Amino acid sequence: MTLLTVSGLRKHFPLKKDLLGRGGGTVHAVDGITFDVAQGETLGVVGESGCGKSTMARLLLRLIEPDEGLIRLEGRAVGTQMPLTEARGKMQMVFQDSFASLNPRLTVEDSIAFGPIVHGLPRAQARERARSLLARVGLEPLRFAGRYPHELSGGQRQRVNIARALALRPKIVILDEAVSALDKSIEAQVLNLLLDLKVEFGLTYVFISHDLNVVRYMSDRVIVMYLGKIAEAGPAESVFGDTRHPYTRALFSAMPSMDPDRRTQQPPLIGDPPNPIDPPPGCRFKGRCAHAEDICGRGDITLTSAGAEHRVACLMTQPGSGHSSAPGKAA
Amino acid sequence: MEPRAPDEPLVSVSDLTVRFSRTGQTIQAVNGVSFDLAPGEVLGVLGESGSGKSVTLRAMLRILPAHRSSVTGTIRVAGRDVLALSGAELEDYRGGTVSMIFQEPMLSFDPVFTIGQQIAESVRRHMKVDQQAARARALEMLDRVQIPSAKRRLDAYPHEMSGGMRQRAMIALALACKPKLLLADEPTTALDATVQIQILLLLRELQREFGMSVIFVTHDVGVAIEVADRIAVMYAGRIVETGSVREVIRTPRHPYTQGLLSSTVRGELRGQRIEAIPGSPPDLAAMPPGCAFAPRCKHARDECLRAVPGAVDVGGGHEARCVLLKLAA
Repeated sequence: MTLLTVSGLRKHFPLKKDLLGRGGGTVHAVDGITFDVAQGETLGVVGESGCGKSTMARLLLRLIEPDEGLIRLEGRAVGTQMPLTEARGKMQMVFQDSFASLNPRLTVEDSIAFGPIVHGLPRAQARERARSLLARVGLEPLRFAGRYPHELSGGQRQRVNIARALALRPKIVILDEAVSALDKSIEAQVLNLLLDLKVEFGLTYVFISHDLNVVRYMSDRVIVMYLGKIAEAGPAESVFGDTRHPYTRALFSAMPSMDPDRRTQQPPLIGDPPNPIDPPPGCRFKGRCAHAEDICGRGDITLTSAGAEHRVACLMTQPGSGHSSAPGKAA
Repeated sequence: MEPRAPDEPLVSVSDLTVRFSRTGQTIQAVNGVSFDLAPGEVLGVLGESGSGKSVTLRAMLRILPAHRSSVTGTIRVAGRDVLALSGAELEDYRGGTVSMIFQEPMLSFDPVFTIGQQIAESVRRHMKVDQQAARARALEMLDRVQIPSAKRRLDAYPHEMSGGMRQRAMIALALACKPKLLLADEPTTALDATVQIQILLLLRELQREFGMSVIFVTHDVGVAIEVADRIAVMYAGRIVETGSVREVIRTPRHPYTQGLLSSTVRGELRGQRIEAIPGSPPDLAAMPPGCAFAPRCKHARDECLRAVPGAVDVGGGHEARCVLLKLAA
């Protein structure tokens, strides 16, 4: 069952010109993104800095207003058919910076109880819920409820943030690089916790990360983003096992080999990801792509089906696209 | 690689201890670290935050704040007693014999001078050449680290470059005076994956070409495997295991190394639980007695708390500090 539908989501940020009239331009942070999330699944979102994955997360919760696009939660359009407060109760978020996302003047118990109180739960019940959530995320309430964020380690603070995200009993939790700042041994603990909570509370996750190993481990389906657009999307095993987009392939082969006898010999890409200010028309990856042809610069490249639920935005996978490596029409 | 045993090591650190004092507390950041490094060898120092890996590097370059830290033990680099250096000798040492690259290149460059000026300044100081030759050397280095249109970049300010470019420029600055030892403190951690691998391969290539030794500090096992000949795993200010990359990664002997490797997420493990290490690292202001990992270790026994376990050689220069190995021996 589809829980969340996102269609044509777009957000451009205009840049100011400086005193001499230089600069300007527009950052195409998120540029027409369409996907949906099924009840109970984990949707992984990967991409490098500037690909728009965090902007996308903020747009989902309407922390920033989209320029265009429609978000439907449980079939109702957020903002019109479903009021924002209701949508935000059903969609919660955990951020990367565990310290910046907690109020330093509130004890962790108060932080967790804050949302439910705002949403009308009596104080005593909200505190009760905060304490039981603390226990659930592995922080003994008697020891931790009265502590302030600076009295906790990074891993403990992230557990508090997870507890807070669950305090409104959401359907969907958006995890934006939620484990990226943690040490490996702590990251593993938090990932295990997230998997347990998902089962226990019947949650749906949107899991955003730059770490492909973690995304592969957590996700049922995966979206690969590049400069504000989706390059490839599909079930995790087919995106990782039968990778079709040249960018996704490059991203995967940039991962350290983990085998001392088979070290990486050639970097898959040269140069930095381009910045998303006024990107050229056509495929956004063409400047770094080994297979780029003139045709790649003409017009928008649409996400096209490349097998069961696997979608790719590359002319090489589209029959009759005009790219010399495209499959024949019969295929 | 052929054994270099009879050679004098380039670096010899023994019983290095670093303490920071802060409002009545003493932070035991590094607790008796000893290791040798051969010329041309790359040592990967693997550890999590608070393990003392960066502090060890900073002690070796003598850039810890003198009034708040106390450093004891000995550090010998290229025949010099580093902790005894002062004045001009110390200036020669920094940048001439040893240089360092950091995680955040923006902080290693002065924002008001161009990249070219800053590299040239260092070259003039250490190689005693004129402005023109120094600038030529700067250009050569920018070319060498594969910065496109290097000539134009020479006159660029740090803020005009992308993250990956700045990291390349910092490597050019560090290597311009042909140091014998490069200290690398998580230089690729802030970079995107596709850029990280480029920088790692570049460092590997330059290391071979310059024949320098490198100490590469990282929290990422994959990165250490890509660059290092030998790995030292640090925990709570001590080296708990050291050996060749193959030995340490394939047959880790210390329970912490084993836990670190098993808790490093690999995509293939989907559907299985990750074997995480329980608990968290010790408070460096209140170190437990004996083995610092014992409170988190599933094999811990009384003996672990009595004294810090000595290093046990399990063969081929592979050592680990764990009482289990002594019992087995």
